[in-house]
Amino acid sequence: MNRILMNVLVLMVCGLLWIVPVQAAKSPPKVGEILPDFSMAVPGESADRSYLGLSRGGSFKIPQIRARVVILEVFSMYCPFCQKEAPNVNRLYQLIEENPNLRGKIKLIGIGAGNSSYEVNVFKTRYGIPFPLFPDMEYSIHALLGSVRTPYFIAARINSDGTHQVIYSKLGAFESAESFLRLIIKSAGL
Amino acid sequence: MKKVWGGVLIVLILTVFVWGAEAQTLSEAFKGKIYDVGILKATDSRLKVKAGSHAPDFTLPAVSGGKVKLSQYRGKKNVVISFVPAAWTPVCSDQWPGYNITKDIFDRHDAVLLGITVDNIPTLFAWTGEMGELWFPVLSDFWPHGKTASRYGVLRSDGTSERALFVIDKKGIIRYIDVHDINKRPSLEVLVRELDKLGE
Repeated sequence: MNRILMNVLVLMVCGLLWIVPVQAAKSPPKVGEILPDFSMAVPGESADRSYLGLSRGGSFKIPQIRARVVILEVFSMYCPFCQKEAPNVNRLYQLIEENPNLRGKIKLIGIGAGNSSYEVNVFKTRYGIPFPLFPDMEYSIHALLGSVRTPYFIAARINSDGTHQVIYSKLGAFESAESFLRLIIKSAGL
Repeated sequence: MKKVWGGVLIVLILTVFVWGAEAQTLSEAFKGKIYDVGILKATDSRLKVKAGSHAPDFTLPAVSGGKVKLSQYRGKKNVVISFVPAAWTPVCSDQWPGYNITKDIFDRHDAVLLGITVDNIPTLFAWTGEMGELWFPVLSDFWPHGKTASRYGVLRSDGTSERALFVIDKKGIIRYIDVHDINKRPSLEVLVRELDKLGE
């Protein structure tokens, strides 16, 4: 009996060691800091891979996205504010893609906190989201980002040497896509 | 010695349980308005119905006015009943807004959704108002308190209901029951899979 208990205990301790890093962040990354270290699966959709400048298979980290600035929205399909904000975020994407000086330089992604792939796809379809969305079913990325309320926006400037800095980190909807984009351009020095 | 190991084990299990249950997100829509109930016992009632049996009929007042009777859908629509424990609490506040953008899924399965809590109408009016305009009826099982929840066997000992889903076909037969861990949101795709089965 003692041996069984001992084995279970060892497994539990290993489990805890695995869980602890996921619970790390007490607050979201601040401006000037770097993003927490996390990876996501490379999207299966070729359009998404092409947008992010990633090759097929495996996983990637945010600084590996081919861009000067990556804007990350933490959302949930269950969040009424995220639903309301979706057209504004789509507008932001359009403004970037329609501007030859910005297209390819600023990329958008969404992370569905507590959402499965199915739920993320429901959100994507419902609001016609044109940029890649990633599920975070187990809240692991959400925890690393300080268990923020949603929607939460983080923008990171990607430097040519592969380093990066957070240039925007804020809870809640932005006022307008135009003013938000102006702020990002200014903060990133584009 | 056994007692010591047992104690350590219990502490570890509780630690993992509490940490795991902390993983929730909350919409900014409810900022400052949600009462943190902490981590609750996963389930706290005993079902009085089972899959394959007739769904007990009920008539409950709706937030939008009037009353809704379950049997009014007999022969016309499949019904999904979503019991949520209480207004202004975590998880509940981020469950129905998700269903609110999936009307097309319910329509595709010729199903209606009935949201039920044991809260009174004014409370539900204020709470669901924060979610935007809901397409499905929200019903109050406030008085006699939790009578419908009790008939289905999902009334908890503290007077709230379980977080439970019932899928009822057009004949009024219960086809699926999920009395979910109250601390967690049920998966949408599991519900959709069960709705898919109605057409088989």
